[in-house]
Amino acid sequence: MINKSKNPPYVGLFITCLVDSFRPNIGFATVKLLEQAGCKLGVPEQQTCCGQPAFNSGDLEDSRALARQTIDAFAEFDYVVAPSGSCASMMKKHYVELFEEDTKWKQKAEQFSAKCFELVSFLTDVLGVEDLAADFNHSVTYHDSCSGLRELGVQEQPRQLLSKIQGLTLKEMKEPYVCCGFGGTFCVKFPDISTRMVSDKVENIQQSQAEILLAGDLGCLMNMAGRLKRLDSPVKVYHVAEVLAGMAENTPAIGEGEKE
Amino acid sequence: MKSTSHAFKQQATIALHDERLQRALGKAKGGFINKRQAAIDALPVFGDLRKRAKEIKNHTLEHLDFYLERFEQQVEKNGGQVHWAEKPEDARQAIIDICRSVDAKKVTKGKSMVSEEIALNQALEEVDVEVVETDLGEYIIQLAKEPPSHIIAPAVHKTREEISDLFHDKHGTPRLEEVPELVNEARQMLREQFISADVGITGANFLIAETGSTIIVTNEGNGDLTASLPKVHIVITSIEKIVPTLEDVTTLIRLLGRSATGQEITSYTSFFTGKKRDTDIDGPEQFHVVLLDNGRSEMLGNEFREMLRCIRCGACMNHCPVYGSVGGHAYGWVYPGPMGSVLTPLMTSLEESSHLPNASTFCGRCAEVCPMSIPLPDLLRQHRIREYDQGLQAPRAKWALKLWAFIAKRPRLYHFIVSKKIRVLSWLGKKSGRFSYMPFATGWTKSRDLPAPQGETFLSAWKKQQGDV
Repeated sequence: MINKSKNPPYVGLFITCLVDSFRPNIGFATVKLLEQAGCKLGVPEQQTCCGQPAFNSGDLEDSRALARQTIDAFAEFDYVVAPSGSCASMMKKHYVELFEEDTKWKQKAEQFSAKCFELVSFLTDVLGVEDLAADFNHSVTYHDSCSGLRELGVQEQPRQLLSKIQGLTLKEMKEPYVCCGFGGTFCVKFPDISTRMVSDKVENIQQSQAEILLAGDLGCLMNMAGRLKRLDSPVKVYHVAEVLAGMAENTPAIGEGEKE
Repeated sequence: MKSTSHAFKQQATIALHDERLQRALGKAKGGFINKRQAAIDALPVFGDLRKRAKEIKNHTLEHLDFYLERFEQQVEKNGGQVHWAEKPEDARQAIIDICRSVDAKKVTKGKSMVSEEIALNQALEEVDVEVVETDLGEYIIQLAKEPPSHIIAPAVHKTREEISDLFHDKHGTPRLEEVPELVNEARQMLREQFISADVGITGANFLIAETGSTIIVTNEGNGDLTASLPKVHIVITSIEKIVPTLEDVTTLIRLLGRSATGQEITSYTSFFTGKKRDTDIDGPEQFHVVLLDNGRSEMLGNEFREMLRCIRCGACMNHCPVYGSVGGHAYGWVYPGPMGSVLTPLMTSLEESSHLPNASTFCGRCAEVCPMSIPLPDLLRQHRIREYDQGLQAPRAKWALKLWAFIAKRPRLYHFIVSKKIRVLSWLGKKSGRFSYMPFATGWTKSRDLPAPQGETFLSAWKKQQGDV
């Protein structure tokens, strides 16, 4: 853990393309959480996407170009933090693999990898955040998004922080660790299988009887929210950061408009 | 078997709407997963065994030629014969030749996925050799004229009712309801076959270089009867099954049963070492091992080498949400699930089966449960890299990716385009907060609403906010 009193850690926010375009509220919640924890923040404009769609489509050339762009954009920061396990894992685990045959960039990717974190685990594991001054008088259930869970080991951290939120009850769903069927381009390439997977997931969510569904990745959240809405489910969907920052209560949930 | 992997999408859709199949899959899934977990929880050294097993296999693959030659020497010393088969047709021919040499009319078979890989049954039937599968699951699907849908539970896609109907229909016996009755009927039918078979063909879970033994693990004992009653025993297997010593194989066996069925050890673990010795009361007079390559030695030298550690436990498919949704037949070839999606493109062609490596969310559960620590998602991605490099992607997907990458590599252009697009989308979806229809995204909106963007992009809102300070 780091000593914040002397020099506040200089954190670059990797906003992720989905949060940037679909739900800036998650970005502002992330900013609030990091600033509360004593970080100095920057949001470089040279960032676009981490390159995962290209990487998972087998397009290594474009993946490398986007990796180089991202690494350079965040050169000045002590840390790079993303409100997404999926993008964080791309940057932390896979950038290095992209430069196996390029000594200079491999070294840069390794240095970059060491400073990359997913938001919630960064708060707990690096900044040592144990308590949060937020309340949320609802029951919630938490879905473990795959990359964060299996590539970065994010599982206990969000539950630990959620347990500190006043008024919040966690009702675990059955198999919270099973994929929701989003999978990036998977949901477009195989819509029928994806639909089955998200339907199974939504059944478990509803059985938990929680009022709110939380997760740490907007892709998964949009997938689950989209299915819940189609089924006219009353379950509301937020990113975990929005609740941890106390910024969920007055904001329409994912997939909900002004009239609701 | 002829591949239908190119039709994966259509086959998956059919499977998703097959109620019987869905019932069978639902029942099987929980059983496999819970039993495996309980078996692993009861063995604290499981993690250590896993590490050791990976080392054993990596070492063996490093010296594969040496251990295979050693195995051949030992088999010959025990009075057996090794037949090297580069391609499926070579393996089929070797087996047909052996059968012809003893004028075989009937062959009994233990379960063997490699025999499926080389489409052996059909080849034998074409030369008028009757083939009888003796593993219960294999027996069922042979009666139903279907391929296996799982590598350790070939008839897992069938419900008990279907099997009742099938036995009633094919055996011409009264319809039975209870599982023990059905098993007993199959046993009665098979007894005759075991005794009258000329040749017995089994697969192998492992081969031991130091002793020249082949090993099968079974729960029914059918493998032993297949191997020991006929005059000729043929083992059809592949080169990566080899391990150096008896001690090594015990490590792998401890992982195999637990990962596959949640058993500490299967009911039978049978070692076959050569033909009947002079002092033996019974046993086969001939012992043949047909060793298939079929692309494996090529894998040894390319990015798929780690796949050769696979011990065919099926844990990856048991835990795969895609396999769990569509079952094994949708994959369209011998090996289904994550391990199959790695192997099929290598053993058929990537062009034929390019859907398979793409039909994964990379959720990583397969790699998490693999006892041999095979990074399955990474290997699936290697296929996608090949697919991209060979230009096999659908034109629309390819151009969409190209266009997106072109924009994403130009941050100013990217932010300009995204913020404009998002403004329009958010204005359109402001009221309800979602879209129930979106052109170009109908795959999504057919079953899901698409949440609308909140309004401004984060970056432009942030910029404004910073400017205000």
